[in-house]
This record gives sequence, structure tokens and C-alpha cells, in this order.
Amino acid sequence: MNQSLGIAALVVVLAATIGVGVYGLRLSRATSDFYVASREVSPLWNASAISGEYLSAASFLGVAGLVMAYGVDMLAYPVGYAAGYLVLLLLVAAPLRRSGAYTLPDFAEERLGSAAVRRVASVLVAVIAWLYLVPQLQGAGLTLQTVTGAPRWAGAVVVAGAVVGVSAAGGMRSVTLVQGLHFWLKLTAIAVPAVFLVLAWRSAGSPALTGDDVPRFPHATVVALDQRTTFDVTAPLTIRATGELDGRSYAATAVPSRRDGSTGVPVRLGRGEHTAAAGARLAFPKGAAVPHRKGLRPATGAAWARPLSGAGGRAHPLYAVYSILLATFLGTMGLPHVLVRFYTNPDGRAARRTTVLVLVLLSVFYLLPPVYGALGRVFAPQLLLTGQTDTAVLVLPQITQAGEAGRLLAALATAGAFAAFVSTASGLTVSVAAVVSQDLLKGSARGFRLASLVAGVPPLVMATTTAGLPVADAIGLAFAVAASSFCPLLVLGIWWRGLTDRGALAGLVAGGGLAAVAVVVTSVRGPGHGWSAALLEEPAAWTVPIAFAVMAIGSLLTRHRISDAAVDRVMVRMHLPEEVTAQAYPPVPQVDVPPQTTGG
Amino acid sequence: MAPLITTLSAALVIAAAAAALFWLVRGRRGFGTPADRAAFATLHSASLAAPPLREGLNPDSARTAAKHLRALLGTPALAVIGDGTLLAWEGPGRRHAAQAVEHAKDAMEAGRPWVVPAEAIDCGDLDCPVRSAVVVPLVVDGLVVGALSVYARQISAGLVRAAGEVAHWVISQLELAELDRSRTLLIEAELRALRAQISPHFVYNSLTAIASFVRTDPDQARELLLEFAELTRYSLRRHGEFSTLAEELHSVDRYLRLERARFGARLRVDLLIAPEVLPVAVPFLCLQPLVENAVRHGLGPKPTSGRITIRAEDAGSDCRISVEDDGVGMDPEQVRAQLAGKGGGESLGLGNVDERLRAVFGDDSGLVVETAKGAGTKITIRVPKYRSGVHAQ
Repeated sequence: MNQSLGIAALVVVLAATIGVGVYGLRLSRATSDFYVASREVSPLWNASAISGEYLSAASFLGVAGLVMAYGVDMLAYPVGYAAGYLVLLLLVAAPLRRSGAYTLPDFAEERLGSAAVRRVASVLVAVIAWLYLVPQLQGAGLTLQTVTGAPRWAGAVVVAGAVVGVSAAGGMRSVTLVQGLHFWLKLTAIAVPAVFLVLAWRSAGSPALTGDDVPRFPHATVVALDQRTTFDVTAPLTIRATGELDGRSYAATAVPSRRDGSTGVPVRLGRGEHTAAAGARLAFPKGAAVPHRKGLRPATGAAWARPLSGAGGRAHPLYAVYSILLATFLGTMGLPHVLVRFYTNPDGRAARRTTVLVLVLLSVFYLLPPVYGALGRVFAPQLLLTGQTDTAVLVLPQITQAGEAGRLLAALATAGAFAAFVSTASGLTVSVAAVVSQDLLKGSARGFRLASLVAGVPPLVMATTTAGLPVADAIGLAFAVAASSFCPLLVLGIWWRGLTDRGALAGLVAGGGLAAVAVVVTSVRGPGHGWSAALLEEPAAWTVPIAFAVMAIGSLLTRHRISDAAVDRVMVRMHLPEEVTAQAYPPVPQVDVPPQTTGG
Repeated sequence: MAPLITTLSAALVIAAAAAALFWLVRGRRGFGTPADRAAFATLHSASLAAPPLREGLNPDSARTAAKHLRALLGTPALAVIGDGTLLAWEGPGRRHAAQAVEHAKDAMEAGRPWVVPAEAIDCGDLDCPVRSAVVVPLVVDGLVVGALSVYARQISAGLVRAAGEVAHWVISQLELAELDRSRTLLIEAELRALRAQISPHFVYNSLTAIASFVRTDPDQARELLLEFAELTRYSLRRHGEFSTLAEELHSVDRYLRLERARFGARLRVDLLIAPEVLPVAVPFLCLQPLVENAVRHGLGPKPTSGRITIRAEDAGSDCRISVEDDGVGMDPEQVRAQLAGKGGGESLGLGNVDERLRAVFGDDSGLVVETAKGAGTKITIRVPKYRSGVHAQ
């Protein structure tokens, strides 16, 4: 890929974000324009901002990668990411806005009046945000590596540095504007190359996506491996190799092969496992079945397109799909950076209208990543060998469009990807910094700067020292923790008078704790087999019901702690439309009498 | 790579869990000799009983406090009597609760501790631990507001003494509650005083400015009168201690339009408002005095045209609002005196705004004034976006 264009795209996105974010827009307004200036943000722009902040590395890169590797089952992720806002709309949006809470711990304190619940909520906010930040930073590292060949940690350091800097400067001045712009940038960056991708597919004779064949190289392809890779060969084939393969070193030949121009040494690969070291270059002939990275099973087009087929080698697809759906449906409302944006709505009704628009915007966006996933199997099947399917969105424009056009499209995709990392990561960092500075450092301005470091540095360390799961999977775990802790708190807190502080505390600790333990055990064991692995890799299906049950039973057991007067106050504020409270004091009627012109 | 992920994520989660546990259990460790522990238990019961008592005497607070007071005294049963009614009965022997008010009558009339004789209480049940009582009246500011009745099998001199001491402690808490209440009343009164205080100069100036337009530009005059009416309605509203920043800014805008009718092109205003902070709850009428100060004391004496800049920004978990003018500036000593409440009649309520902000958000949230003679003035306030109990109405 052309390095300078990619780096230019990255620099433009970062500079624009930091510039607008830190300095704000220096637009002065005379007082007569005040009503224009002060009019609350329109629901459409607010919805763009929420979507902009929400569309992270998982949406921009991860969905396409998982769909490419594991088939249509993985559509559960985009469906769930979008539909989470439906649940948010129906159950949470308006009452939460009316409650006046600014963060999730604020809501806990407002509803239950308990400092202990507030503290546990703060800890959970930090844990969820860290789990969410790690894949963002890893995505940034992967993207920068794909674009420029820089080491993995470089991209993560760039993004983390930028967002911690912005947060330490006091957060973004014009955050709604910046995030709104980011949404439209991301939509453009994924939609325009997708159009060219589909055109390329048509001009290639519309090769079948759901046929009975496994992915094959469409033409002679040289695959350069940048890390040690183990892969399975299903049918014996001869390739030309340079670098280290199966423990033997192959030097480049002086004379390029007549057939494909490769300088590699011909090597016969038998069926079974082979390992290539970092730096190896393997030239595959046209039409060869693509060897898959270890752990990934080759799937025919038909199996790939059949729901619940377990294509790609995922066990218990039915359970996994429902668990993913549950986690994403119910987890969205518990994400710290989502809730904060709702505060910008002037009232509960605007919050609902904004949510509907968010649903529309996200639905449009999520139609596009699966296109990359499907066509990636045709045009860039070597990603199944390197295992870097998460880069499909970045490399496909370059592969399908030759010349300058392809480079420009690739730069656009890079810009979109960095917009995704920066907007989500900065939203998360600011949210965590707000919570940490308020609950640990007693809310001074200097405390906020310190808190920004606390929010940004641990995930950076984790992201640079670990290899990590596929981006969308890692994000799914953060959703599972949110769904098993904050979802019960919000839903029961808003719709059930009987919730008590003790019950909420028990539910948060049980649900959030179990989900967090599942996340840790999954990372410890790596991908496993059988039911225990499935239960731990997608924990939401059991941790969410446990959290709800513990919270409800705990509340029923401690019923005596409810103070009716306090619950009445909060419930009235959350559920009564603002107009009802305002009606007691109607504005002065504007009598529209035309001014009398007195003669004389 | 995998073991590294494992170790790190395990470390992360374990650290988070440990931090949570530490928060929850710190301060509950045992210590010292039995005497230390007894003292600790006593102080702990007292500290648990204090918060409800600080709300004043009502059935809810009495019920919560009675539990801890009984633990403090170690008696079988205890009753809290309010003004002629039983507020709470803690402990067994509930059938005596009906006569508790009767038992307390003598002590409340006499205004001093009273031992109720066993004959007056005896219910004939030999196992009943409620056999005799000592009643201590609760006297706050010279008024008997209630009584504390301590029931036991047998009243000893020690118990009478202990009951007296506990009642004293309860009285001191109730006096503090009274103090809190009067402080709140004082702040409310000040707020009312500030509301009524749309400055007379401003009313006079606005009306003369409007009058000057009546013949030359009736439309403009009508507009201004409506603005004036709206401004008065907002300023004189009687409900709610808090308002949203958006409403405050609207009111400031009306105020500035009226001032511009008078100053004309001499007064220029810039507004830099981040839409994210518009819903923040701020104390009612906290901005207008700042703007009025900028207009009257900053730009009023200035012969050339002046500029006022109003900013509202998102600053982490706070919202930062500033009012800046390039007028003649103020004497820092005079500002200090105004903020200390010694400004005299000409003070435009800066001190009042400062005090209300401190009362609601704590001492770190007062006004920050940057000024010098001839250098303009900038006044900044920081308001948290969320504070429990603070809601715009």
C-alpha cells in the first residue's frame, strides 16, 4: 500500500479531531443570533454524534473480518450492535435523560442514594471501558502496520497519546460536532470503496459466493507473512517459498520462475500442519485451495452462507449466536460513552427522537461491512491464511482497484478506520476520566488530568503487550460485562419500585463479576472446545439472567430498606414528561395584536 | 503471546476487584483492647444514630435512630416521643407502646428527667422486661420538643445518668438540625431577596429606553416591552432553586437586548456556548448578576465601545462558564470586599451568587474573578454537570 497517502489520511484525521476538539470552533456570534446559537443540538446531529462515537474498530474492521472467517452467523454482531439501541429506546432513553444523571454511577446514586453502589458502578465503568479500549488500540496498531509497515505498538501509541491528550486538555470543546463529523466520515469511508468493490465483483463475472467450493486463489498470489504463522494444508500443493518454512530456510533464487515471476524455491507441501516464520514469502499458484490459519476451518461457500452451520470451526453456533445477541441487545445501554451523549438532548422526548435516528443511521452503516466480508473471500482469501481478516476493509480497495484510484480508496478507508479508533477511544477515555476523577480524586481540574492518564495508560499497556482476540469478539466481551451489570441496574431501576441498594449491589457484583471472570478465563485458556469453552467465550446467555435474578431476589429480601417518599420523587422525575411539570407555570401568552398606527 | 494476555487481564480484573473490596470493607477491621473496642462500638452506634437525628424529629428519623440509641444504652426497650405522639418504639414489650405518651407526660411537663414508678407500667406478665422507666425530656432552645423513654426491668442510678447523657447528645444533634434548617432558610431568603432585586436602575433605564422608541419605532418598542415582560416573569418566578443553563442564557439574552436598546452600537456581545452543557442545572439567576456587573461596572463608565464575551464550555465532569468584558476593570480589594458580603448597597449581588454556589456545590465552586484597574474583568464559575439533589425545574 502507498505509505505516504495512508499516513496523510491518518494525520488529517488526527489533526482535525484534535484541532476542533481542543480549540473548539472560534465562531463568535452577536447577541441577535443568540437563538440560533443556543438552540439545542438537533436530534439528527446528536444522533450522528452518538453513532460516530459508537462505531468503533469492531464495527469498522471487526464485523467484516468475522463474517469473512466464520460466515453469516457473525451477522449477529452488527444486528445486535444496531438493535441494542431499540432496547435503549424502549426502556431507557427518555427516563434516563429526565433523571438528570450524567454518568452511570450518577444514575446509581440518584436512584438508590447509596455511595457503595456508586463506587461499584464506578469500578465497573472502568473495567468495561478498559475492555473496550484494548481492541480499539490493537485495531489502530493493526491498521498502521497494514498501511505503513510500522510495528504493532506504534498505532496504539499514536491513538492513545491523542485521546489522552485531548482528555487531559479538559475533553473536547465541540465534542458533538467532532463526533457527528466522524460518523459521516466513517460512512463515506466504508460506502464509497464498497461501491467500487461491488463493481469490481461484477466486472470479474460475478463469481459465486455461495458455491460448493472452498476459497481458492483467484490468481497467482505471493503472501508475505509478518509474523510466525501455522496453517493447515488440506490438499497437497507445490508453492515457491523464500524465508523459513517448516524449520528450513529457503534463499531467493537468482532467476525468477518463468511461470509466476517468483524468486522462491519450489516446495511441495503435504496435507497437514505447516509453520512459516515471520518474513517468509510464499507464492501460491492460481486456483490453489487457500490453506487456512490453524484453528480456522475451510468452509465451502454454501456452508459459509448457511446460518448456524458452524462454518470456520466455531462450536455450538446456536448458543453462541443467541448469547451474542443477548449481550449486544442489552449491553449497549450499559456502555459508559453512550449514556453521556444522551445528556445533550434537551428533554426526554428529544432523547427518544435521537435514538430513533441513531437506529436509522446505524442500520444504514451496518449493511456495508458484510459486503467486505463476503467479497473478501473472493478477492483476498490470503487473509484466511495470515489470519488477519480484520484488515479486509483496509486491503480490499487496493486489491480490487488498480492504480491511483485504489490508493485513494485505501487512504479513505484508513481515514475512516482511524476516525473509528479515535472517536470511540476518546469518548471512553473522557467517560472513565470523569468517573475516576469524581470518585477517586474528588473532582478537581488537576484530578481530571491525572484521571485521563489512569483511563488511557492501562489499556495501552495491555494492547501493546498482547496479541488479542479478533476485534469484534473482544468488544463482544465488553458488551457481555455491560449487559450483565448495568442493564439490570437500569431496567430494574427505572421500571421497578422494589429495587433496593443491597439488591443492586449484589446484582452488580454477581453479574459483572461472573462475566469478568469468564473474560479472564477465556483469555487464559485461549480458544477451547466443548460446552465449557462455549459458555465462557460467550457468557452473556447465563450471566445476564443470573444478574437479573440476584438483583431481584436481593431486593425482595431487603424490602424494608425502601423509602417510599424517595422512590416516589425519583420515579416522578423519570417518568413524567417535562411539559406536565412545566404546565403549572405557563409562559406569558404572546398576544398577537398588530401594532396600532396612531395618526397625528 | 497468550500467557502474557492471560496474566495481564487476570491482573487487571483482580486489581479492580481488590480495589472494590478495599473500598467496601476498609475501616471495619478490629483493633486494640476490649476497652478500645467498647469505645469504638459506642462511637459507632452514636455515629449511626447521628445522620437521621440531623434531619430533625419525625417518625422515619426516630425509628432509625431509636435502633442505634437502644444499642448505645443496652436497655431492653426504648421509646421516642414527639410532640404528644409516639414516634418510635424499639424493643420488646410492644403492648406498652400505647401508654408511652402517658408515661412521658410528667417528665415533659416538668422539663426534667423523671422516673416512672413500676406500678404505672406493670402489666402482670412476669417475663416482660418492661417494668420501669426513666423519661428524659428533649429540650431544644427552651422548648420541650419530645422525650426519650428508657425502659428496663429495674432502673438504676447508672441508667438514669446514662439516659440523661444520651438525651443530651440527642438534643445537641437536634439543635444542629435546627441550625441546618435555619441556614437553609437564610439562603432561601437571600435568594428571594436577590430575585426581588432586579436593579431599580435597570427598570428605570429600560423603561426610558423603551419610551424613546414609542414614537420613532413602535414595533421596536413593542418588542422591547415584551422582552421586558418575559424577563420580569422569569426573574420573579417563585418556584425552584435551580434552572437550566439554557434558560439562564435566554434570560441573559433578553437582558442584553434591553441594554443594547440603551447602549446601541457601543455594546457588543459574543456568545461561545457549547451545546452539550445547555441542560446543566445551575442556581437560579446566577448568570444575570455577572453580566449586569460587566455592563454597569465594566462598560458603563467606559467612553468607547466595549465587548462582553460569555462562554460556556464542557470541562470534563464540570461545566465552565465565564463572563468577560474589556471595560474599566475593578479594584481587586473592592471585589474581595464584595465577595465577603461587605459591598454595601451598590453591590450587584456578586457576593450573593458566590455564596449560593458555595452553599450548593461546596467551597471550591465559588466565583473566580480576574481583574485589575483598566484591564477588564473575567468572572469564571465551575458547576458540576451532576450533583445528587440538584435538579432544574
